[in-house]
Amino acid sequence: MAKAFGIVNFGGRQFWVEGMQDYRPSGAFSFLGRYRTVDFPISNLSNSGIDQIQVYIRRKPRSLVEHLGTGRHYNINSKRGRLHILFSQNGVDHDIYNNDIAAFLENMEYIEKINCPYVVIVPSYMVYTQDFSALLQTHIDSGADITLLYHSTENAKEHFLNCNTLDLNKQKGVLALEMNRGTAKSRSIFMDTYVMKKELFIELVQKAHKASSMYSLSDIVNQACQELDVRGVSHRGYFASITDFKSYYDANISLIDFKTALSLFDPEWPIYTRTNDSCPTQYFEGACVKNSVVSNGCLIEGSIENSVIGRGCVIKKGAVIRNSVILPEVTIGEDVHLDNLVVDKHAKISHVKEVIADPGHPEYIRRDDSL
Amino acid sequence: MKHNNMLAMILAGGRGSRLHELTNKVAKPAVAYGGKYKIIDFPISNCANSGIDVVGVLTQYESIQLNSYVAAGRRWGLDAKESGVYVLPPREKADVDLNVYRGTADAISQNIDFVDSFSPEYLLILSGDHIYKMNYAKMLEYHKACGADATIAVIEVPFKEASRFGIMNTDETGRIMEFEEKPAQPKSNLASMGIYIFDWKLLRKMLTADMKDPDSNHDFGKDIIPALLNDGKKLYAFKFKGYWKDVGTIDSLWEANMDLIGKNNELDLNDSSWKIYTEDETTLPQYIGPNAEIDQAFINQGCVIDGTVQKSVLFTGVRVGAGAKIIDSVLMNGVEVEEGAVVQRALVADNVKIGKDAVVGSADSEHIELVAKRVKGVE
Repeated sequence: MAKAFGIVNFGGRQFWVEGMQDYRPSGAFSFLGRYRTVDFPISNLSNSGIDQIQVYIRRKPRSLVEHLGTGRHYNINSKRGRLHILFSQNGVDHDIYNNDIAAFLENMEYIEKINCPYVVIVPSYMVYTQDFSALLQTHIDSGADITLLYHSTENAKEHFLNCNTLDLNKQKGVLALEMNRGTAKSRSIFMDTYVMKKELFIELVQKAHKASSMYSLSDIVNQACQELDVRGVSHRGYFASITDFKSYYDANISLIDFKTALSLFDPEWPIYTRTNDSCPTQYFEGACVKNSVVSNGCLIEGSIENSVIGRGCVIKKGAVIRNSVILPEVTIGEDVHLDNLVVDKHAKISHVKEVIADPGHPEYIRRDDSL
Repeated sequence: MKHNNMLAMILAGGRGSRLHELTNKVAKPAVAYGGKYKIIDFPISNCANSGIDVVGVLTQYESIQLNSYVAAGRRWGLDAKESGVYVLPPREKADVDLNVYRGTADAISQNIDFVDSFSPEYLLILSGDHIYKMNYAKMLEYHKACGADATIAVIEVPFKEASRFGIMNTDETGRIMEFEEKPAQPKSNLASMGIYIFDWKLLRKMLTADMKDPDSNHDFGKDIIPALLNDGKKLYAFKFKGYWKDVGTIDSLWEANMDLIGKNNELDLNDSSWKIYTEDETTLPQYIGPNAEIDQAFINQGCVIDGTVQKSVLFTGVRVGAGAKIIDSVLMNGVEVEEGAVVQRALVADNVKIGKDAVVGSADSEHIELVAKRVKGVE
């Protein structure tokens, strides 16, 4: 029996993926063609034997609710387990107050009802794999009050901006949480992943609310570092944080390399997603595809290089796509050249024959747009 | 049963022995096709898309895989209340000894109690091993409009091939006057597709009589249809136009896969208005490497390709190493072709490994080579 239940949390206001996030919460972002970012945390929980999972949604719930459905595709036991979608309804009109603490408070009765002594809190906007049953055991064995998962990086100047970092002592005790302002290369990036007792979690939520209506979970945990035993555990393997437009683009492109993909995907640790029963992809005469990730249901007649192609895309004759992330059901017309772009769902590009952005500065084509 | 008062029974007990190793461990309807499907996905998806709620699947030969596969009716959306896919292997009953199904008609006869429990007005009989998309609701409309006792779906075949099929000779209204099994001199080119709609009360009576007849083969084509014609019953031929394939041999299975390549292919599995549903695999998308060259192919998710693929169909999770060449071939689930190997005019069975620089099949072979065992690499 699982000792813990899972909470899939949303990101704070410091994170904003330009364009994409106008249409859906970050957990519903299409990722690597066939996934959505939320598939990673939920599959991690499910694979760890945690089958009581709450998914919190701050705004624009439609696409995420549709994708999650009953949660059956995540291999959660349909009788004993549950994927529970919870909304932050009170906060919607007042964005500044609409944080995770407000959402937890609003749904406190559903947290109290769950009969598990521990809680694992994971973000919907970070891509990694982690066995939470092992992490929970580490937490219990260490005797810590709170365990935080972090990822060490040497790229903190350019990447993971606005994420929290952990200020750790030599014994991996957490002294404080600090925002990454890009001032140093080497950082321990906090993966917004917490393990603690359910009682402590409830206590912290109430304390945060009393202290300030704008306090988030990370704020109150930062404060708690002074009086509680808070420890960090290092994560190994692939880690991406989808917290701004560039990081969304970079994370997709980085996984085109198969070796990098193998540091995220493991056949023994499946990442589940919702099927849409699309047929295999058809490559026609004239197609030329190199170094790319392609999803099912596509019709390809053009050239694709160093790109990610979502489900059900149509790439017509003479089209050239380079260094781009194409979301599902996009049509790229004849002889259209695209470079360094993120093309959102259902867009059709046929009249404009060239959309080319500078390397390192990808640009965004809106959902449903016709160009 | 709320939709159209028609229950479907799919005959899925056959081995398909001309598929050799492919059907050593599974029945023919469970054979993989088209990158991600099993053949039985076609009749079951057709039922689901035609608004048929209850489907019985008659299994017999090597049925373990097929039984568990079809029982999960959710895959085809057949899991609502009063809806479902029922697996019907031969069973022991209180008053009869356990008998294998002795023929297509006997398989239904032994399940009269099952059909009765839904008290349908019409019974649809299907083969579990044909590849096609068909709206059975339209066939039922035709059956009703003709006031038929039984309706048989037919497809026009070339006259020179007609002697391989059961041929229906009809009058100008489409009423079947005569049925000839594999005639030497066919009078018509309307071949039976093995798809029948019967009025259940009538069929029930026929089956009950057939069970007691010691000279009967208990077969729809050989016994039931001729008996109905003898009795002067009204049998009509429902003409089907479109893609239809009975994949009885390695060559024809290969060909059916090859039919999916190219624009405007007749089966059009990409048509979202008539989807074919199947098991969802949790694999990565396709990984196309820097050395890959793909020219006219049908490729499923989970493949990792860094070689050349020409006019081929690649099923789930196939791996093609750098410098390897796959030409005019069908590679089933999990096949691994190592660097430099060449596969040509071949059908490679599930999980077979083809070693480095090995050569399999040839460009000018008469038949397609079935590769069912590991091929060692060249040292």
